[in-house]
Amino acid sequence: MNLDSKIASGPLSTKWDAHKAKLRLVNPANRRKYHIIVVGSGLAGAAAASSLGEQGYDVSCFCYQDSPRRAHSIAAQGGINAAKNYQNDGDSVRRLFQDTIKGGDYRAREANVYRLAQLSTAIIDQCVAQGVPFAREYGGLLANRSFGGAQVSRTFYARGQTGQQLLLGAYSSLSRQIGAGTVKMYPRHEMLDLVLVGGHAKGIVTRNLVTGEVRTWSADCVVLCTGGYGNVFYLSTNAQGCNVSATYRSYRRGALFANPCYTQIHPTCIPVHGDDQSKLTLMSESLRNDGRVWVPKNTADSGKDPAQVAETDRDYFLERKYPSYGNLAPRDIASRAAKEACDEGRGVGPEVGGRRLGVYLDFSASIQRLGESVVRERYGNLFDMYENITGENAYRRPMRIYPAVHYTMGGLWVDYNLQSNIPGLFVGGEANFSDHGANRLGASALMQGLADGYFVLPYTVADYLAGVGLSGRPSVEGVEYRDVLAQVNDRVNRLLKNQGKQTARSYHKQLGKIIWDECGMARTRAGLTKAISDIRGLREDFWKNISVPGTGLDVTPELERAGRVADFLEFGELMCRDALIREESCGGHFRTEYQVDGEAKRDDARFAHVAAWQWAGETAEPIRHEEALVYEEAQLSTRSYK
Amino acid sequence: MVKDNHSHSAEHVLNLRLRVWRQRRGQPGAFEEHALQGVSTSASFLEMMDMLNEKLVRDGKEPFAFDHDCREGICGMCSMTINGMPHGPLPGVTTCQLHMRNFRDGETITVEPWRARAFPVLRDLMVDRSGFDKVIQSGGFISIRAGSAPEANATPVPKDVSDAAMDAAECIGCGACVASCKNGSAMLFVGAKVTHLNLLPQGQPERDRRVLAMVRTMDDAGFGNCTNQGECQAHCPKGITLDVISHLNRDYLGARVKAFFSSTGKVRRGGD
Ligand SMILES: Cc1cc2nc3c(=O)[nH]c(=O)nc-3n(C[C@H](O)[C@H](O)[C@H](O)COP(=O)(O)OP(=O)(O)OC[C@H]3O[C@@H](n4cnc5c(N)ncnc54)[C@H](O)[C@@H]3O)c2cc1C
Ligand code: SF4
Ligand code: FES
Repeated sequence: MNLDSKIASGPLSTKWDAHKAKLRLVNPANRRKYHIIVVGSGLAGAAAASSLGEQGYDVSCFCYQDSPRRAHSIAAQGGINAAKNYQNDGDSVRRLFQDTIKGGDYRAREANVYRLAQLSTAIIDQCVAQGVPFAREYGGLLANRSFGGAQVSRTFYARGQTGQQLLLGAYSSLSRQIGAGTVKMYPRHEMLDLVLVGGHAKGIVTRNLVTGEVRTWSADCVVLCTGGYGNVFYLSTNAQGCNVSATYRSYRRGALFANPCYTQIHPTCIPVHGDDQSKLTLMSESLRNDGRVWVPKNTADSGKDPAQVAETDRDYFLERKYPSYGNLAPRDIASRAAKEACDEGRGVGPEVGGRRLGVYLDFSASIQRLGESVVRERYGNLFDMYENITGENAYRRPMRIYPAVHYTMGGLWVDYNLQSNIPGLFVGGEANFSDHGANRLGASALMQGLADGYFVLPYTVADYLAGVGLSGRPSVEGVEYRDVLAQVNDRVNRLLKNQGKQTARSYHKQLGKIIWDECGMARTRAGLTKAISDIRGLREDFWKNISVPGTGLDVTPELERAGRVADFLEFGELMCRDALIREESCGGHFRTEYQVDGEAKRDDARFAHVAAWQWAGETAEPIRHEEALVYEEAQLSTRSYK
Repeated sequence: MVKDNHSHSAEHVLNLRLRVWRQRRGQPGAFEEHALQGVSTSASFLEMMDMLNEKLVRDGKEPFAFDHDCREGICGMCSMTINGMPHGPLPGVTTCQLHMRNFRDGETITVEPWRARAFPVLRDLMVDRSGFDKVIQSGGFISIRAGSAPEANATPVPKDVSDAAMDAAECIGCGACVASCKNGSAMLFVGAKVTHLNLLPQGQPERDRRVLAMVRTMDDAGFGNCTNQGECQAHCPKGITLDVISHLNRDYLGARVKAFFSSTGKVRRGGD
């Protein structure tokens, strides 16, 4: 298969303009005759649906929540990057590009990243015009802060709720279009499959989560903005409903899945409290601006009250190992360092399952320097959230944090147009693989979701539509639709009729443990090989012993969960396979066999490429394709934060 | 499981009796009673509900349906009335943020859906809140087309104005305000959005039509009138205060007055 990334020629800084100038347009009078399906109403989906609606297309937008305003983008706390250089501290489009490419450990496509950096400034303009109440200085101008992995202040934020405010902005634009009738919104609808006609994406199958109705929809093209697959780990900072189903089912229909093993483990989450835990809560990375990370130097001190551990007996391990970035070292590096400290027996907090998995994030120095009220103003809501969950007061004693899965850089393969290898199937936001390489820098996912939705997809989708013309939309009565519908119904019925005794959650937990242990922060050949066979065993067991009470003709939460877990049980294997074959360490993918002095050892000669997987059927092994990463401007160097 | 450590908040287990609402769409509902043992005080309320549901599924019974997603207090999806109080007894938190350390061993806990005319029950603890979306669709936005925005710093916004707008913008659209109001009024929710947008310079051009349209849609969606009881503010998990209702009333009145004079005064060109 030829993976053509369709990157325009010419210098990086003019590629997007040159490319845009060549994209075809659709006559305004014809736009309403094109039906576009957008699945997802997060930053990427809401921005794409509203922008396409504003242009006059007939758009249908789907989400599984009861309202588009609840997509998981809402949970982002820290902020959004943009190369505005309002701080006059040396930022520029080029610097944001370089930071993002380096942060991604040279495993992202250069042209996409450059475009992202270019579009970043227009995003801030757009959001401010929508009424997003970003933090401001006393002079009334926008405020910034610095974020992990960057040495300039380019992050815009709205208290600790940046994602909420950006999403509510996108939701308000989407709502305006729904009110105007250009977008029809279908909340509480879950996409269960993709329909191809003549090799093009021409529709989807959904289940109405209230009535249970399973039905097909036809369209001129399909845009997937369905978010990331972090819930393959069971415990993650994702919302309960986040799933891989929309992208995985599309993969089974022929879309390539790129770099599934690239997942991000965020260093600052609240540690696990016990067996009944259902999710992990992120503490914004911005806390690392004023908190110092430490563990006791001696294992004997790990069970002690932190106040009893003398200053000289504390190991501020990030400051020690990475003096120039210190507590602001990038996420993958900070996470791994925390894991190592705990593996050495120096972890803190209560024992869970016989181990102490936590490190301190200590604000006492900042409180002394700035006063409690300043710290409260900066992080009050986060401290409250922490106290609410743990019952502990972080002004009085250090917070306890531990890494947790947070973001997935892998996703469906897309070209420069954000179109997958299936014509007419576009993918935006966290669901695609495009911009973050092997590791994402803080505050850049919001930027990517909105760049895709507001400023890339509206152009590239139009180009596709102009190309296929108006005769392109097949009837939903066609055999292609009926076939996929029958297959979806079979699967739903198989789940409902199974006479097992086990719950979907119990399988999800077991899968999560395998993935966390073997495909988490440190991966080995032996572990991944075992994980693949364990997951297969678990999958067989699932289909024998799963129990899904209910008729499916009504609200049936167990059916939703079982369907999602069934897809994770297949996808988890693909992830481990990708991790097994990538015999190097890069970004969030750390293979213990490939390291120098405890740091990741990339192998550019063998692995400076995107791995894109093709489904080959139920029994055959998937096929791995490669898209070489060609760097015109960035200098591949060892990523050092020391 | 978790071994207690003297220096951390102590964990215990609770045995509970639960009275949980069962209902199918369009049919009358009733409470079902269940005993649940061994609930950790570190667990969240929804994790406790998960335990109950897991038990039901293992027994081949249907679990209770409830809305939830982020489980960190921001998506606004979770919506349980716990012991008669929307989002439970703790002020300033959503159902998903409520932890079991706030309950006593042996306690009976009553769990119901939001109770409001404008929020019909879809199943068990799940209600239909689409009325909120309709209100936003009618005017809860600033009309800005992607691509047409001016430079972000071109219009300075005084920090206090921006902060006040942010205070109002923190509303998560959960509907606890409606559920706690004996009239089922949505004034806190609508007031929060009107205040957020009408405070900002960017929101000025559509200030009047926004408030008129949103109030009209709110009335059409079946929400009740506000009689200043203040229960909404007491149960709002995001600290939205009655000030937003005053703001809404002021803007509404102003817009009505202007609409009155413009309809009797000059002929309007272009319409709206
Ligand atoms: C706790 C947390 C904090 C974060 N903080 C930051 C931050 O500070 N800065 C930053 O840049 N990034 C941050 N991120 C990452 C960022 O928020 C996400 O990557 C980004 O918001 C994803 O947006 P999205 O539009 O791709 O997907 P989402 O917002 O996840 O939206 C997915 C949409 O798809 C729909 N959907 C999914 N599956 C289906 C299906 N099968 N059928 C129908 N609909 C479906 C959902 O209903 C939803 O509408 C954070 C992430 C988390 C979890
Ligand atoms: S005003 Fe408060 S209670 Fe009402 S919807 Fe908003 S957050 Fe919920
Ligand atoms: S589940 Fe999102 S606010 Fe409670």
